[in-house]
Amino acid sequence: MSEHEHTEHIVSPGMYLAIITTLLILTGLTVGAAFVNLGRFNIAVALLIATVKATLVVLIFMHAKYAPERTKLVIIAGIFWLALLLFMTLSDYASRVDYRGVRYPMTQIISHTLGNRG
Amino acid sequence: MHRTGALYGQFKTLEQQKDTATLGMWIFLVTEVMFFGGIMLAYTINRHTYFHAFAMGSNTLSLGLGGFNTVVLLASSFTMAMAVWSAQTSKKGLITLFLSLTIFLGFVFFGVKYVEYAQKFHHHLVPGKTFDIFYCVRNPAKCSDIDAADMAKEKEEIEAAVQADPDLNAHAQLYYSAYFGMTGLHALHMVIGAGLLFWLLKESVAGRFNAEWNNPVDIVGLYWHFVDIVWIYLFPLLYLIDRHK
Repeated sequence: MSEHEHTEHIVSPGMYLAIITTLLILTGLTVGAAFVNLGRFNIAVALLIATVKATLVVLIFMHAKYAPERTKLVIIAGIFWLALLLFMTLSDYASRVDYRGVRYPMTQIISHTLGNRG
Repeated sequence: MHRTGALYGQFKTLEQQKDTATLGMWIFLVTEVMFFGGIMLAYTINRHTYFHAFAMGSNTLSLGLGGFNTVVLLASSFTMAMAVWSAQTSKKGLITLFLSLTIFLGFVFFGVKYVEYAQKFHHHLVPGKTFDIFYCVRNPAKCSDIDAADMAKEKEEIEAAVQADPDLNAHAQLYYSAYFGMTGLHALHMVIGAGLLFWLLKESVAGRFNAEWNNPVDIVGLYWHFVDIVWIYLFPLLYLIDRHK
């Protein structure tokens, strides 16, 4: 680490105002999108908008964009661990066949969803 | 441990001190991500398995109240960010003002949440012995807070859902368990956050925060924004299932 002192990055109120405005617009958008029948893509759109909102909060409100590399690494590791948790568990539920040779209901519901709502 | 101004003895510079505190808080927040992630995973599996019950349950929530609370919470994140900015630029009066606004918005959120929870208790929609998804449809006089048009729509939806899922009353309890569990844990985090904000408020009134020393404001800010992110996901997951019918 260098000896000389860096000045802390200060995010301006104008930037915060731009972010909160975007967050409110995206909230309106997610409510609007829920009333449009997109079949199985409704949840995908909802989660996509939520993730964009969360990213804006993390980068600007939580100053991750201006954080040192090692802090960014911790954040990315956290997201990676969450992805592991979700992906590994859901892939197990989606593909599991029990001792009777019966698939877990989730598999049936997914195929039902794809068939009737997709 | 000696302290020179805002700098504690184990650190070389204020920047290093700030980075250390921030890094520690982020490591804690990663454990929180895993905590809420596990709950959301359980929610996802139940939602896929009992989709009709979850859609039915979601449609009984008030989109107006949920949407209003989303706006309130986002606004409180903005005021929190402004409190951090005020501390970083040594604007002592503004720190107190923005912290007070953040606490106020937090309490508006609690108030709305209370109204929502009370409604669910009146409508027999709390999992347990008295749970009855058909209660309002069968006793419309006792659910006079639902207007006639909404009641007719709800009746239609419940009848359609029972056709698709004969065990609707049991499976709908899974939805409400997820609803109360997730929003309850979120609210608990907000209560802790509000407690921390009161402490910051006391310190800010005493004039303790400035451009050199504002780590507590920054760290509590990270926590408050994290709680906001949880709600950003909870809102579409709980309030917006199958709204397009």
